[in-house]
Amino acid sequence: MKARVTVTLKSSILDPQGKAIEGALKSLGVDGVASVRQGKVFDIELSDTDKAKAEAALKAAADKLLANTVIENYRVELL
Amino acid sequence: MKSAVLVFPGINRERDMARALRLASGQEPAMIWHAETSLPKGIDLVVAPGGFSYGDYLRCGAIAARSPVMDAVRGFAADGGLVLGVCNGFQILCESGLLPGVLMRNAQLKFICHDVHLRIERSDTPFTRGYNAGQVIRVPVAHGEGNYEADEETLKRLEGEGRVLYRYCSSDGAIDERANVNGAAHSIAGIVNERGNVLGLMPHPENHVEDIMGCTDGRGLFAGLVAHLERAA
Repeated sequence: MKARVTVTLKSSILDPQGKAIEGALKSLGVDGVASVRQGKVFDIELSDTDKAKAEAALKAAADKLLANTVIENYRVELL
Repeated sequence: MKSAVLVFPGINRERDMARALRLASGQEPAMIWHAETSLPKGIDLVVAPGGFSYGDYLRCGAIAARSPVMDAVRGFAADGGLVLGVCNGFQILCESGLLPGVLMRNAQLKFICHDVHLRIERSDTPFTRGYNAGQVIRVPVAHGEGNYEADEETLKRLEGEGRVLYRYCSSDGAIDERANVNGAAHSIAGIVNERGNVLGLMPHPENHVEDIMGCTDGRGLFAGLVAHLERAA
């Protein structure tokens, strides 16, 4: 089973990297960019085929390591 | 003072740290590989040094914070043992849950590598007793992610409980945004945990301990730890 965990900064956290990317897009002349916030994507392959178990494992992975929940949110998707 | 220096893959300041500890205490520190599951008996101080553990993969300090030796360090800290984390070591202590908050990308997005001034906020702690409250010291920084951030509630607690021990300042001790080299909340350079036995510090006092380094302002931290332990003994 394939899964994806997306980690993004909480909206209250300043994202200087996102700001820099936003500035670069504007200087490239890409139209209509209001703002950019960057994050991380983890594509994970699971040996388990049980959906509930897989979701629990992914949540544990995100809480224990993939995200720093002080500053980041995460979203788990089974693909 | 019997000390131990943690060695993670990618760390590069462990020998500077060992040298400073040897100079201050006259004793050779134990170098502890990250895969160890226990610390040597009779250790007074554990140090997580600076560098780039695991190449800063995922987040600075994130992988090192989950290595086997950190369980032993958590146990050591819970028993009241002194723990010092410098630079990457500070990031590791935050990621391991021993200290609150997080060290984010410098506000200017640049790696900074130069001397800074720090104001000692209080002198009645094991980590600052070698200094006077209000004293300004000069030590180097070398980091890309040293911008300390925590939620409002945590910052309020840190300030209210007097847990900010070191703050970025100008050469005359003024706290202003120009001297705040990485944009850290409240100009925070170093904080302790609730119990006061775990310090995380972004700058490198171990690099200003000998005349040949051009400055010895960093000595006070190590000398203070030695004095604290001698008095406790």
